[in-house]
Amino acid sequence: MTTQTLSLAPWLVATPLIGAALLLLIGRRGDRWGHWLGVLASTATFVIGLVILLDMLGVDAEQRVATSSVGTWIDAGPLTVDLGFQLDPLSMTFVMLVTFVGTLIHVYSVAYMSHDHDRRRFFAYLNLFVAAMLLLVLADNYLLLFVGWEGVGLASYLLIGFWDHHLPNAVAGKKAFLMNRVGDMGLIVAMMLMLATFGALDFGTVLGSADAADQGLNTAIGLMLLLAACGKSAQLPLQAWLGDAMAGPTPVSALIHAATMVTAGVYLLVRSGPLLEAAPDAQLVIAIVGALTLLFGAVVGCAKDDIKKALAASTMSQIGYMMLAAGLGPIGYAFAIFHLVTHGFFKAGLFLGAGSVMHGMDDDVDMRRFGGLWRLLPVTWITMGFGWLAILGVPPFSGFWSKDKIIEAAFVGEGWRPWVFGTVALVGAGITAYYMSRLFFMTFAGRRRWSADGADGTVERHPHESPLLMTVPMVVLALGSVGLGWVLAAGDGFVHWLEPVTGHAEHDEPVLAVPVIIGLTLTLVVVGAALAWVQYATRAVPTTAPPAPALVRAARVDLHQDDVNETLVMRPGQYLTRSMVFADRTAVDAGWLGLAGGVGRLGSWLRGWQSGYARQYAAITLGGLGVIVLVIWLVATTAG
Amino acid sequence: MELTNYLYLSVVLFALGATTVLLRRNTIVVFMGIELMLNATNLALVTFARMHGDVTGQVLAFFVMVVAAAEVVVGLAIIVTIFRARRSASVDDVNLLKS
Repeated sequence: MTTQTLSLAPWLVATPLIGAALLLLIGRRGDRWGHWLGVLASTATFVIGLVILLDMLGVDAEQRVATSSVGTWIDAGPLTVDLGFQLDPLSMTFVMLVTFVGTLIHVYSVAYMSHDHDRRRFFAYLNLFVAAMLLLVLADNYLLLFVGWEGVGLASYLLIGFWDHHLPNAVAGKKAFLMNRVGDMGLIVAMMLMLATFGALDFGTVLGSADAADQGLNTAIGLMLLLAACGKSAQLPLQAWLGDAMAGPTPVSALIHAATMVTAGVYLLVRSGPLLEAAPDAQLVIAIVGALTLLFGAVVGCAKDDIKKALAASTMSQIGYMMLAAGLGPIGYAFAIFHLVTHGFFKAGLFLGAGSVMHGMDDDVDMRRFGGLWRLLPVTWITMGFGWLAILGVPPFSGFWSKDKIIEAAFVGEGWRPWVFGTVALVGAGITAYYMSRLFFMTFAGRRRWSADGADGTVERHPHESPLLMTVPMVVLALGSVGLGWVLAAGDGFVHWLEPVTGHAEHDEPVLAVPVIIGLTLTLVVVGAALAWVQYATRAVPTTAPPAPALVRAARVDLHQDDVNETLVMRPGQYLTRSMVFADRTAVDAGWLGLAGGVGRLGSWLRGWQSGYARQYAAITLGGLGVIVLVIWLVATTAG
Repeated sequence: MELTNYLYLSVVLFALGATTVLLRRNTIVVFMGIELMLNATNLALVTFARMHGDVTGQVLAFFVMVVAAAEVVVGLAIIVTIFRARRSASVDDVNLLKS
């Protein structure tokens, strides 16, 4: 790539950052046009990314990996950290995903947030997010990546609690922030271990010398990176924040908590691929975490009546697929990123559709009060329909090309692993079909569980299609949900595109024949969707959650994830701090206070001696003199 | 003559002064006791100077005399002022220093 193109890389981060700074500094004066400045900054970033991408496509595959350093950031003896940007197919994939989907969501937000008097601040945070996310994916070392990692965490926190005048929203933001800190500690410890093992933090040195390092250390670093990824990507056991994060405005859920930020953990693991390959145990743990989260999210998604929380559970589950793929090694990396890209499109589209439904239904999120909306919200219905077919993995929609590849890859290997991981991925696809169809049918099909006049005890709603500023981004994302998978999968184009980063993977045959896997997957998908159709489209849906078996009741409260966290972490922590405070009061404070009190009492006792009679003072002085003389005499006689 | 005798004399004078200070209530007499103790100390200082063949003790005695002279001036002024205020020269009547 040309040096001019390389020098553009810092502007990818700087442009949205300048946008955010301007929007925050300009204050209320910019309220009338600030949102368009935000859109402009995001669009400009997309154009810069496109220029770099076109330039990258023009050179041979071997020359597509390049770094561009702005200068030295930290120079501390043996540790030198550059302000360096890594341009390669992987980072450019993310740049295009973040800026393209991000710009669409910026446009959507102009209309969605039009009644909010803090819209300018909202766009400032969105721009800040884009800047931080691009820094995360463009950094050429772990420390700079960490800056972006914290930046997206900050933007996420600010946007989840954007409507913080309502207390639960602020609490949700705090929950996300705190749970992410746990993951961040993992990344910090991983960096410390890298520094101790490799003496550097840049990708080139760390990933290049991972083979030669001790396997135990590699495993430790890999597990710490996994902890970081679990925090950011809402994987077990740090998944509890994602559902509450839906308290933020819907465009935020679409951009940050579905399409981009939550996939940063997958990026981190795929980027650290060579290191993980030198630590097979860590890889296995990653695959297990992915498989468990895949099922966890899918089960929770089946019982949620809140449309956004059902989508959040689905996000968790789909990222579980990506983590599973990332844990499979080089064979899975490309498919993890492939699924990440298609998921970014169809899940963002689904979230924007959910936002459009809420827009028409007075911000109601309870699907039990939806129903029969397809006639009134035709654009939303069709765009969400495409997203629904995509996430189901129905050919030729985009999810089919990516998710099916992950299921196939999960079936590759020896021993018990392919059977366990493959089965989990397969069953997950069936459950996904059920809960996504449930969501889709509860919203758009079936009988109306609302009415225009509020008759028969139903809620009064006046659904209407959203304005063009909202529907156009939805249409574009729906087109992506339809065609992106097919375009990128053509001739394994996307896999070859990523090869300079992920390495070339040999195609091993799965333990089951590929047509059998595809057949089984599609059968399960059809069965899942049919079940949902029977249950939620043909039969009447109760407007309040009916009594249900234990598993459903547990899934309604996220399989008791908050209870588990409170019992295992929060309460012991509270008891620990309380006993520390108690020990501090009773032992440390009491000791010093007792000493001070003793000195005070001694003083009171001595004060009694002060009679005011000069002759008594003289007598005491004389007595003191006598004592001194006595002591000197004693010392002199014993020494002599 | 044995120099030690001067020391014995000094001790006797000091003891007399100290006893006066402790036992007498009249401020003027207490004051005289203090003067007696100061002079006993001077005698001891001069004797030690003679014993060691060193003038330091004698110089110190001069310092004590100067301080004693100043002290007499200030002390008598205080006593007179207290007497004017309280119509009494007893040290036990002046016990306002207690806490």
